[in-house]
Amino acid sequence: MTTSPATVAIDRYRADHEELSRRLAGEAPWLRDLRQQAWAVFQDSGFPTATRGNERWKYTPVGALARTEFGYPFAGPGERIEAERLHHLDPWGPGWTTLFFMDGQFAPHLSFSHITEPGVTVSTLAEAMTREPALVQSHLGRLVDLTLDGFHALNTAFLTDGAVIHIPAGLDVASPIHCAFIASGAAAARSAAVYPRVLAVLGEGARATLVESYIGLAGASCFTDAIVEVSLDRGAKLDHYRLLMESAGSYHVGMTRVRQSAGSSYNATSFARGAALGRHDLHVALDGEGASCDLRGLYVTSGRQHIDHHIDVDHLQPNTRSTQYFKGILAGSSHAVFSGRVLVARGAQKSEAHQTDRNLLLSEGCEIDSKPSLEIYADDVQCTHGATAGSVADEELFYMRARGLDLETATRTLVRGFASEITDAITLAPLRAYLEAWITGSIPELHQGATV
Amino acid sequence: MATLLSIQDLHATVDGAEVLKGVNLTVNAGEVHAIMGPNGSGKSTLVNVLSGNPQYQVTGGSVEFGGRDLLAMLPEERARDGVFLAFQYPVELPGVRNWQFLKSAVDAVRKHRGQDELSIRQFDRIYEAKLKLVEIDAELMKRSVNEGFSGGEKKRNEMLQLLLLEPRLALLDETDSGLDIDALRVVAGAVNGYRGGDNAIVLVTHYQRLLDYIVPDFIHVLYDGRMVLSGGRELALELEAKGYDWVKEAVAAGR
Repeated sequence: MTTSPATVAIDRYRADHEELSRRLAGEAPWLRDLRQQAWAVFQDSGFPTATRGNERWKYTPVGALARTEFGYPFAGPGERIEAERLHHLDPWGPGWTTLFFMDGQFAPHLSFSHITEPGVTVSTLAEAMTREPALVQSHLGRLVDLTLDGFHALNTAFLTDGAVIHIPAGLDVASPIHCAFIASGAAAARSAAVYPRVLAVLGEGARATLVESYIGLAGASCFTDAIVEVSLDRGAKLDHYRLLMESAGSYHVGMTRVRQSAGSSYNATSFARGAALGRHDLHVALDGEGASCDLRGLYVTSGRQHIDHHIDVDHLQPNTRSTQYFKGILAGSSHAVFSGRVLVARGAQKSEAHQTDRNLLLSEGCEIDSKPSLEIYADDVQCTHGATAGSVADEELFYMRARGLDLETATRTLVRGFASEITDAITLAPLRAYLEAWITGSIPELHQGATV
Repeated sequence: MATLLSIQDLHATVDGAEVLKGVNLTVNAGEVHAIMGPNGSGKSTLVNVLSGNPQYQVTGGSVEFGGRDLLAMLPEERARDGVFLAFQYPVELPGVRNWQFLKSAVDAVRKHRGQDELSIRQFDRIYEAKLKLVEIDAELMKRSVNEGFSGGEKKRNEMLQLLLLEPRLALLDETDSGLDIDALRVVAGAVNGYRGGDNAIVLVTHYQRLLDYIVPDFIHVLYDGRMVLSGGRELALELEAKGYDWVKEAVAAGR
């Protein structure tokens, strides 16, 4: 029997996992157990495949990712990058608290805290393990089902460092907290597999803003397998922004797990532009009366990109509210997937859920699979869902041309207008400016894709 | 007087059906022409063809505008060269800011005329003055183009664009439809303020009500894709009294 390429890749992960475990000999026993348990699950499941009847991966084949050899970056960051350079690549605002991770490793020279409120923790996981071990142990991995698919298990098996954010009850943290994961693209880290992990715990009535960004510098072709866990106590509020801007040759699979208590609110806005293959799983459990979440997103795809958003919202208690509003701009022969599922449990009366996914198709060759769905077990609820896909409207183009704007300018203006509905709602001014510039900058490329 | 627009034997189709079947019309600078006719006679098609709407196909004839072959020009070239269509149903442009749209349009026209782009301050001064003329609330203009505008507000926005772009030829497509008397007064005021010796207006209307406010020099009746009658102001009153059936019968008898 010949050795299949997929097996070769698994062997590489196994070797790396063994090496990592040797190097982390002094880690806390519970963490070691968690990692070993996760490895056992991954070894068993491997990467998910649609052929085994797995609906969650039906539209996103990961065979190419599974066959590619990505290695744990034991050598550390490929190069030292100065803050000045990153401020042009990553959103940045004065007064932001930032934790930078370069090729999977914390970069203290790029990280700053502007937090003045007492008792707040914003630190690396390693530091939090010594400062607040009980908090970390009681929350880390609690929202993650390791058996859901191989990616959850793989991230946990390689869990070494990451960010821990803990806002105690009643505190409103003014400084936005930015966790930035950068792929340097340097030769030493070119085919790195990195496993970012973020844990955010907000106490009763606490408030914070979290920005999570994945940025690939030129030449990087890495594999990012990320997990973010968010736990919101009663009445807590988190504004969460997620930016996927990995380089064109990269693979990205990210999972966000959110658990909300009564009266809490979670507002998430995601932007996806980068990565050859990008997948984001967002699962929100509204597990307290009156909890609400507002999930928005914009994905922009071109070339042969594949971007997949998989959203689950579980209404588990009465009077819970959720909205999903996603927009896609597709060009070239790219492929995007939106599957949004809302579950309203039997006892979740008086709940309200709305799902919308709108797509602008700029070429003949692009493809969108949009699957909003509702699963309702309560009888007194208000739920709506809808999906649209279409090209730039002829009558809109003619109206603009009849005012002297040429076809290309008119098209660009309409594309920008389509995106602005998402960007205009961002209250964080430096981030809004960054994304507007980024959208404007990427339009020529999309337009070029449209004419091919 | 200089001939601004000369239409010769113009034929056009939409979705394969012939709508214009040989239209002739000459418009000189300083003139206002009203084109009337029953529904479906080709009035809207005519002004859309003149603006270059790609939905319509020209199958014959010629159009000269200021000595240039209008039919050879792209829609945006016609607009920059001074052809303005006030839409019967102004289009909503989600996410496109009114102010930005208007400034881009004005800059495109100015560039074509060899003029510099206006600074924000220069543009604002002109913009705010014209806004008052068409009685549009400045708050409303902070929205996307025509989004959430009432029918009357959309038509006022068309008139704002007319005043800002200062075209040589204004084509008004059923500009009076759906307007209450106050909006009609504002729209007519804008058109009359724009009317001058160097430009011309072709207005399309089904009813003669608009002509009480914008008094034309000539009235033409378009029926079944051809101009079947031309005359002065009195023609509109005759049509108002007798209806279009009279025209249809006269045309049928003449054939």
